[in-house]
Amino acid sequence: MAIITYRDALNQALREEMQRDDRVFLMGEEVGVYQGAYKVSKGMLQEFGEMRVVDTPITELGFAGVGVGAAMVGLRPIIEFMTWNFALLALDQVVNSAAKTLYMSGGQYPMAMVFRGPNGAALQLSAQHSQAWESWLAHIPGLKVVAPGTPYDAKGLLKSAIRDDNPVIVLEGEMLYNTKGEVPENEEVVVPLGQAEVKREGTDVSFITWGKMVLVANQAAEQLAKENIAAEIVDLRTLSPMDVDAIATSVSKTNRAVVLEEGWSVAGFGAHVADFIQRECFDDLDAPVVRVHQEDVPMPYAKNLERAAKPDAKKAVAAAKKVLYLE
Amino acid sequence: MATKVVMEALSPTMEEGRLVKWLKNEGDKVASGETLAEVETDKAVMELVARGEGVLRKRLLGEGATAPVGQLVAVIAAPDENIDALVAGGGAAPAKEAKPAEEVVAKTQEAAGASTVTRAAEQAQGEAPTPPQQKVPAFRMGTSAPKGQAPPSPTPATEQPRDGGNGEGRTRSSPLARRLAHERGLDLQNVRGTGPGGRIIKRDIEAAVAAGGTAQPPAVAAQAPAPAREGDFSDVPLTQMRKTIARRLSESLGPIPTFYLTAEFDMERVGEMRTAMVQMGDEFKVSVNDIVMKAVATALALHPEVNAHWLGDRIRYFNRVHLGMAVAVEDGLITPVVFDADRKRMSEISREARELAKRARDRRLKPEEYTGATFSVSNLGMFGIEHFTAIINPPETAILAIGAVERKPVDLNGELVTRQRMRVTMSCDHRVIDGATGARFLQTLRRMLENPLMLVY
Repeated sequence: MAIITYRDALNQALREEMQRDDRVFLMGEEVGVYQGAYKVSKGMLQEFGEMRVVDTPITELGFAGVGVGAAMVGLRPIIEFMTWNFALLALDQVVNSAAKTLYMSGGQYPMAMVFRGPNGAALQLSAQHSQAWESWLAHIPGLKVVAPGTPYDAKGLLKSAIRDDNPVIVLEGEMLYNTKGEVPENEEVVVPLGQAEVKREGTDVSFITWGKMVLVANQAAEQLAKENIAAEIVDLRTLSPMDVDAIATSVSKTNRAVVLEEGWSVAGFGAHVADFIQRECFDDLDAPVVRVHQEDVPMPYAKNLERAAKPDAKKAVAAAKKVLYLE
Repeated sequence: MATKVVMEALSPTMEEGRLVKWLKNEGDKVASGETLAEVETDKAVMELVARGEGVLRKRLLGEGATAPVGQLVAVIAAPDENIDALVAGGGAAPAKEAKPAEEVVAKTQEAAGASTVTRAAEQAQGEAPTPPQQKVPAFRMGTSAPKGQAPPSPTPATEQPRDGGNGEGRTRSSPLARRLAHERGLDLQNVRGTGPGGRIIKRDIEAAVAAGGTAQPPAVAAQAPAPAREGDFSDVPLTQMRKTIARRLSESLGPIPTFYLTAEFDMERVGEMRTAMVQMGDEFKVSVNDIVMKAVATALALHPEVNAHWLGDRIRYFNRVHLGMAVAVEDGLITPVVFDADRKRMSEISREARELAKRARDRRLKPEEYTGATFSVSNLGMFGIEHFTAIINPPETAILAIGAVERKPVDLNGELVTRQRMRVTMSCDHRVIDGATGARFLQTLRRMLENPLMLVY
């Protein structure tokens, strides 16, 4: 079993799928000659040539639209955004074109495409470049949304996203690209969309989370374990469609839920999770659902303030203790 | 959303009800609160009302048929709603027994959780032209009842309201704690909450269970609610002697160790009074029974020691007098209550007693009209019964059996004369009332009936 980085796992997924299906191509800023802003597409221009690894101008709306058009004629484009912060410019193509075309054409126009790129805050990139967009994207019917938190899931979910016949949003993490994990070499790694995974078993409290926050949940669970509190981590992996059974199963076991998310609280995706829990798991709850999220402010640039604004293990531990009535 | 209509507990002691008459036909529109049917309980004919609105789609109980409390008897739903599952599931099991089945379903789903997800996800992937939608929980697509999603059913009247409606005395508890308490038969009122604001949470239920708090089925004696408010009574913990008396005597004679005190009263003056009042006109006409009830109520006010309830761990002495009167009805009897009888004038008692007796015979008494007595009387004098003993109606602790007024020869100051006489027998719960206690009450009653002017004093 090989230990590889999240970045290399994504690279493997892209290459395997492009080898598997010649309708698949990659397009975005700096994906070719520069080998990817975060080196996810390293070596791909050399392997697939410039017809299938396409460098674009700095025109997010333009190349997203070109991707939509390509999908409509049967290709399977992968559109890379240098970050999802830049993808705001392209949201009209994502929301109004990609998400709606299958529906509005009665399925006559295919729309098998992937929009991918890093999501959420890194370190000191300040207010405009430190935002988590899953709540915006999962809000839109017609889009599938995945947020892998480990190299294995990054590879497996990206491959499933590329094979899916719907437009799929892949939310990666700048801080995740260098994280390492086990990814088997000689077998096909595919993670089905819509399937959560219990990343850590526990009996006392359920952390429901996804993406980068899986790491935070892990740190929190480690700290709690020192106090003999067994936290369970449910990694949703796919936000839309959401694996409600996994959530219900875990909450019915622990009777307590803490939802961790990277973004802001107002109308955040965690609110949707909490809504589901209170509605479907009401009789299993021993405490109100508590959410851990970014403070509702633009991300500060100052290191100390940025740290204070971000959701972290300390906040997750405090939330767990709150639903356990320990403080 | 379909609404189940179940046989509700329409009286505190009702276990089953006979459907007398449907007032709505299948296909009729019904509004929430509308009367659907007349149901005969163990006490009276009551109305079964709709707890939701829609169309009365299905009636599952025929007129004249009997169903236990909790059984599904009808379904209210939208005109085109599929109610097959509801109808198929109903009819047999009382609602309160449905819980374990739900649990089983939930457990099965937990085990099957992973596989259903896989299936759903694969399906989602296979459906190319369909825009992806939030996956419907697998357990909602099946026929099995989802966990925590029991169909809304009307709250049976037997369930104690958690909140008096004004928020006072409200017990805060987590949904899980409520479920666990229900499953273990615990009354949340008896559990101390350690969560924020006194919220009862899982650990409190577990602690209560560990402490042996698993509730017994409530004793019959404790069930009948007295219309008692703070200040209407005083609860007196049992002394060791009282406990021993209670235990020893119960061992000797059934759950209520009863003894009987019989006395014969001279009713000559009551007779004179009654005759005088009748002569004053119909509006002043009272029966001997009315006068006896007034006298009993007045005497009880002076003897709270026999105006009491036995509550198992304590005795509740009332400082109000709610006088139950046994009324014979066709194939049974019922004991409506004249509340605050000691504070009512004879004419009021007379009128109320007459009305209650009539409504009792018509089976139109409301539950609140036949619960809450602190002491009861039973009169078989009109049947010519000279003397009998009556059975105590728990949690009351005494009942007075009243015989016929008869002219008898008696020795009056050495002279043999005939007088109107009446024999009464008081059945006493020895756990609460001792011989001398009961005797003193009868002494007072004798003075009042032999000198009825005391009743206006």
